Amino acid sequence: MTMLEGRTGPWEVVIGLEIHAQVISNAKLFSGASTEFGAAPNSQVSFVDSAMPGMLPVLNERCVAQAVRTGLAIGAKINLHSVFARKNYFYPDLPQGYQISQYEEPIVGEGEVVIDLDGGASKTVGIERLHLEQDAGKSLHDQSPNQSFIDLNRSGVALMEIVSKPDMRSADEASAYVTKMRSILRYIGSCDGNMQEGSLRCDANVSVRKPGGELGTRCEIKNVNSLRFLRQAIEYEAMRQIEIIEDGGTIDQQTLLFDPGKGETRSMRSKEEAHDYRYFPDPDLLPLELTPDFIEAQRETLPELPDEKKARFMADYRLSPYDAAVLVAERETADFFEDVARGRDAKLAANWVISELFGRLNKAGKDVTDSPVSADSLGGLIDLVADSTISGSIAKKVFDDMFETGREAAAIVEEQGLKQVTDTGEIEGIIDKVLADNPDKVAEYRGGKDKLFGFFVGQTMRASHGKANPQMVNELLRRKLDG
Amino acid sequence: MSGLSALTLAEARDGLKTGDFTSVELTQAHLKAVEAARPLNAYSCETPEKALEMAAESDTRIAAGKAGAMEGLPVAIKDLFCTQGVLSTAGSHILDGFRPHYESTVTRNLWDAGAVMLGKANMDEFAMGSSNMTSHYGAVENPWKRKDDRKAKLVPGGSSGGSATAVAARAALAATGTDTGGSIRQPASFTGIVGMKPTYGRCSRWGIIAFASSLDQAGPMTRSVRDAAIMLGAMAGFDPRDSTSVDAPVPDYEAVIGGSVKGLKVGIPKEYRMEGAPPEIDALWQQGADWLRDAGAEIVEVSLPHTEHALAVYYIVAPAEASSNLARYDGVRYGLRIPGSSLQEMYENTRAAGFGQEVKRRVLIGTYVLSAGYYDAYYLKAQKVRSRIAGDFRDAWDKVDVLLAPTAPNAAFGQGEKMDDPIAMYLNDVFTVPASLAGLPAISVPAGLSAEGLPLGLQVIGRPFDEETVLRAAHVLEGAAGFDAMPDFIAGG
Repeated sequence: MTMLEGRTGPWEVVIGLEIHAQVISNAKLFSGASTEFGAAPNSQVSFVDSAMPGMLPVLNERCVAQAVRTGLAIGAKINLHSVFARKNYFYPDLPQGYQISQYEEPIVGEGEVVIDLDGGASKTVGIERLHLEQDAGKSLHDQSPNQSFIDLNRSGVALMEIVSKPDMRSADEASAYVTKMRSILRYIGSCDGNMQEGSLRCDANVSVRKPGGELGTRCEIKNVNSLRFLRQAIEYEAMRQIEIIEDGGTIDQQTLLFDPGKGETRSMRSKEEAHDYRYFPDPDLLPLELTPDFIEAQRETLPELPDEKKARFMADYRLSPYDAAVLVAERETADFFEDVARGRDAKLAANWVISELFGRLNKAGKDVTDSPVSADSLGGLIDLVADSTISGSIAKKVFDDMFETGREAAAIVEEQGLKQVTDTGEIEGIIDKVLADNPDKVAEYRGGKDKLFGFFVGQTMRASHGKANPQMVNELLRRKLDG
Repeated sequence: MSGLSALTLAEARDGLKTGDFTSVELTQAHLKAVEAARPLNAYSCETPEKALEMAAESDTRIAAGKAGAMEGLPVAIKDLFCTQGVLSTAGSHILDGFRPHYESTVTRNLWDAGAVMLGKANMDEFAMGSSNMTSHYGAVENPWKRKDDRKAKLVPGGSSGGSATAVAARAALAATGTDTGGSIRQPASFTGIVGMKPTYGRCSRWGIIAFASSLDQAGPMTRSVRDAAIMLGAMAGFDPRDSTSVDAPVPDYEAVIGGSVKGLKVGIPKEYRMEGAPPEIDALWQQGADWLRDAGAEIVEVSLPHTEHALAVYYIVAPAEASSNLARYDGVRYGLRIPGSSLQEMYENTRAAGFGQEVKRRVLIGTYVLSAGYYDAYYLKAQKVRSRIAGDFRDAWDKVDVLLAPTAPNAAFGQGEKMDDPIAMYLNDVFTVPASLAGLPAISVPAGLSAEGLPLGLQVIGRPFDEETVLRAAHVLEGAAGFDAMPDFIAGG
């Protein structure tokens, strides 16, 4: 178990997360306005979204389907009966003066998610609930010195709020949880998981306790929009609480904001200032009643999920838990790998994808979907290694070239004459020359200095410009020196 | 052409059909009446140009044999309905200058049926009131007077007081109203006209400025039961834009007019006999039961045991929903804005200036009953009692087909009366609120005069979506009552 060290000894951090995931749908949760990102301000606003008098919400069935699919993907209970409620508060980017959300009766109940930790370890995190709600608009405070501007494009876009149980014990676990949840959402296409654009945000509830003690008072850090900030915020907040308690103080329940610039959390409002949201069932909407048939139909649309895929990769391809977890994190990566592995040595394919391709993609700031080397091309390269056309070390150089130019491996090998030399006579000729050039070393070797064998291998390979088949070089050298 | 504005909707329709007059002539007569009725303040916005334009189009359609059910018939629209490009204020200062870019479904249906808009009818602010005293556009005066006091100005009831007055004073053939706790039926009773609240879900709420969403329902206000049937048929219908609208076919309501009530079981809810109610109300109620019995109906006493709680439940549920529905009036996007030095101050200034006393009272009550610590005791409990009240009616439908009750506990009262006592004002809704809470169709039919010479209505309440039986019984009642008294003020001459 991960512990934080305070002056008085170790402390356990207890973390629960609320993820706000923007639902992938063409239209908003209760209106027909478009949800596309990046449109001109206030260009995607219906009369409903701007809360014109007399306008009424109509539930978008696609959003319901997405929530159900997500619930199924986290093995959660889908509630056949759920209720939309109004959460009342005033703010200019909330035109209705209330957010339509779900309160006492959410669409999805308890579920669980297995998170992948360092070294191939894993842990189960409980899900408390998932509900549908409207997003608010955006307030722009930097457009004018004395006015705030409002963009309602996002107003009314569907969000899934996914509430975890307080099952995480470190910033790393919290980060792994968000990563896993993001992966699942992206697999099933219910959220694009883009944290930069704000389509995935999270609130972290953090408390600390002595190992095995009672749960401490929690503070909620609002609206964290990157994994790095999430880790920083949790670590900062946990240490802040530990210091307060160790100094004899107590934790006040409050809502905090994380300031990435200063790397610290600061108070947004105390418990006393907390809003009374006056939730009540929205009289404009009937309770949502789902049929088992609808739910089954949604289940049928689900693809193979990350955990299933990981298990299959380990069983079918004999990959390590770590390699399998890395490959299944993104559906596109897993597909890429499987394309490469088809009809080839899977472990070799995994090595190439993980060590060689990912390394280069990371450096280039790209991902597998815009990789300059296709799965087929990478497969072609691996084939050249497998049939001894080129050696492994030559292959890496060829891959560099492929990554840069997008050309096929065979063409590069052909053009640059990189084909491995497997002609015994040719290799013997090179060896003879090496031996003739180094009569003293030969004498030393034959006098018992075995270590010099490596020297002769190196010289031979260099003389062949790396193209001599290393195995053959070994055999022929031994015959000539020892025989 | 004088006399055209005195016609019923059905008579005017038939006259247009036979070519006795044109819609433009009919509309011109009504526009004169609208002008003449200005002292009553029934209209908060007149739309004469639009009316004549629509009338001319109607005449073209009539000539082409393409007349709709309301073709060429001039009506008033309660200002709670959003009408495209036409001021729509809900009688509130906070919606100053608000001209929607959309048309409510109900008015759209009426225009599609050929109706002609005379203007927007004045109303209690946000439909909160039983007197039409709470409008930002001033009180509406009832065209009726007490026979021994011609001076006193009387209220037309509310909240659809402008609609009721316009119809009673012959300044519109008919009008739309909305009923949340009696806002169609009570003013109909006060002004001697017919007012019908259909089943919740029968008419779309889309484009009607919301007061209490689970109760609001549009309906017709007319001078005859037949007219109510005609107009309701044009207003009603499923609307996918209103999730609470019901996808059921709209029957030909007019077809039931003239049907017999022989064998119809009419329930008399004993709990509606209020202690301290004026004897003339009870007497008229008894008279109504006798009329229906004489026409062949069977009168059965029934019990609606939770009736006594209805008013309390209503004054929790309706303000709760209103407090949330009215949160959108914040000065940010439309209507009134009173600037302030901060966002908070702008909100406070705008809402303080924009809402009247009654609206503020209900927003406060509603906010209170939804607050943490009070929600269970007030809102949740009220919802439970509300289902008991609906259950009472369900039980009654096992025994009877319709219920007969007074519409209001009194005739129209004077302007300014009851203003300092909100509870006394709220008591006006005591007979209308239960049907609202249960979402049932109910109609008020003018049935007689009070000792002061003021109209009194009787109410027929029916099963959900059984407007037909309600109309049939109401028409028999109307015929038996033979109500032909006229208000003091007749705009059309």
